[in-house]
Amino acid sequence: MVMDLKELDKKACWCEEKRDSSLELNISENHEENGKVYRNLNEAITGYIDTEIGSIPKIRTKLNYKDALGCIGIRLGINRKNYCIKPGIYAVGKPTKVSPVLVTANYKFTFDKLRKELEGLDIWIMVIDTKGINVWCAAGKGTFSHDEIIRKIKTTELSKVVVHKVLILPQLAAPGVSAKQVTKATGFRIIYGPIRAEDLKEFIKNRFKASERMRKVTFTFKERLVLTPLETIQNIKYLLLVFLLFLIVNYLLKIRGEMVNGVAYTSIINLSAYFIAILIGTVVFPILLPYLPFRAFSLKGLVLGVFWAIVVINFSTIFMISSNLLSYLGNGFLLTSLITYLALNFTGSTPYTCFSGVLKETLYAVPTVIICSLVGGILLIIQAI
Amino acid sequence: MEYLKNVASLKLNEEKCTGCKMCINVCPHEVFVMEDKKAVIIRKDSCMECGACAQNCPSGAIEVKKAVGWVLAILKGILAGCRK
Repeated sequence: MVMDLKELDKKACWCEEKRDSSLELNISENHEENGKVYRNLNEAITGYIDTEIGSIPKIRTKLNYKDALGCIGIRLGINRKNYCIKPGIYAVGKPTKVSPVLVTANYKFTFDKLRKELEGLDIWIMVIDTKGINVWCAAGKGTFSHDEIIRKIKTTELSKVVVHKVLILPQLAAPGVSAKQVTKATGFRIIYGPIRAEDLKEFIKNRFKASERMRKVTFTFKERLVLTPLETIQNIKYLLLVFLLFLIVNYLLKIRGEMVNGVAYTSIINLSAYFIAILIGTVVFPILLPYLPFRAFSLKGLVLGVFWAIVVINFSTIFMISSNLLSYLGNGFLLTSLITYLALNFTGSTPYTCFSGVLKETLYAVPTVIICSLVGGILLIIQAI
Repeated sequence: MEYLKNVASLKLNEEKCTGCKMCINVCPHEVFVMEDKKAVIIRKDSCMECGACAQNCPSGAIEVKKAVGWVLAILKGILAGCRK
């Protein structure tokens, strides 16, 4: 059997070589069904299990290099919103009519994180349609909901697959799911499992009880670090605005005859201070989050912003910034506003900021940031005229 | 990690609480504990208003203003409000 599979693998490789590789990529990654585009799981499917409702795909618990590449891609924001998988029932190991049923989102990244923790278990997975969004965000937005679970229990005919009436949900689905509603509509009882898939085995061993540790959300160094590339990529766009401003400022300086190097060259060197500011707001800030003073993100950001502004002003010649008070103030205002805003923006990526708090901050910090940026820009132009 | 103090909109009606522990099971920030067979809020400032407890409380004893705490989502909301 092993030999056969190897043979098949070889054949598949050989066929692929002969085809147009770019075309192959398109065909093999997605497929369309009922007007919806889903990510192909072919490489994750190892076989099928026959049940009363038909054959159910059996899923591999080991991830391959393509899954790993996809994971890196998602962290970098490449094709990030195109990771829907087909909702329905999947199997891991050799589940029977009494095996547990896990419920999860139809985001491939989520599904991969779940299946890689299920090695050696015999379990059913019911994937519901969360529009390709992860568990917690979908629960917040209302797509991971009791209505969707009820719908999927009915359309998949889950009660023909298992004889028991228990569903295990990730705890972070709770904001969108009323356990009572599911029981009322379908008879299925909901048990909230651990937050992290890596705790599932221990949770099952504990007779389906999540310990205090499993129920507590964390925001560790590593958890913060993996968010930073996407934060940077999503905010790099602000450089364009700053670049335009510097082109104008340096052009004005040129007219005045104070431009030694070219306008574009000087603007790019000026811009490097702002590029570093974006890195400070999107990489250094998340890393230092627990160690920065104050609770409000805008104030934490302000600390870093003022720090960087002072550094840039001190080394103004390196960044080719005009050496006069207005220029110092203008750059200082702009740099501080940028970092403060990026810090405030990070509230959307943490698992502990609340709406009421962010609203409170937004109401005073956003107008301040806008006014300070405008003042900064105007000062830079005035000193160049 | 704790966010701003005295902002969370979480409210618990202890009279309605039946002591089922559901809020304790779903809260990701250990906001509740059991005292005399009833839930009590002990870490209100840790509440991130995710709404899990209110959504799953079978007796409707918990109230919380559930919304996403992200500056851009809030700005969008404010702009939408202005347009109306």
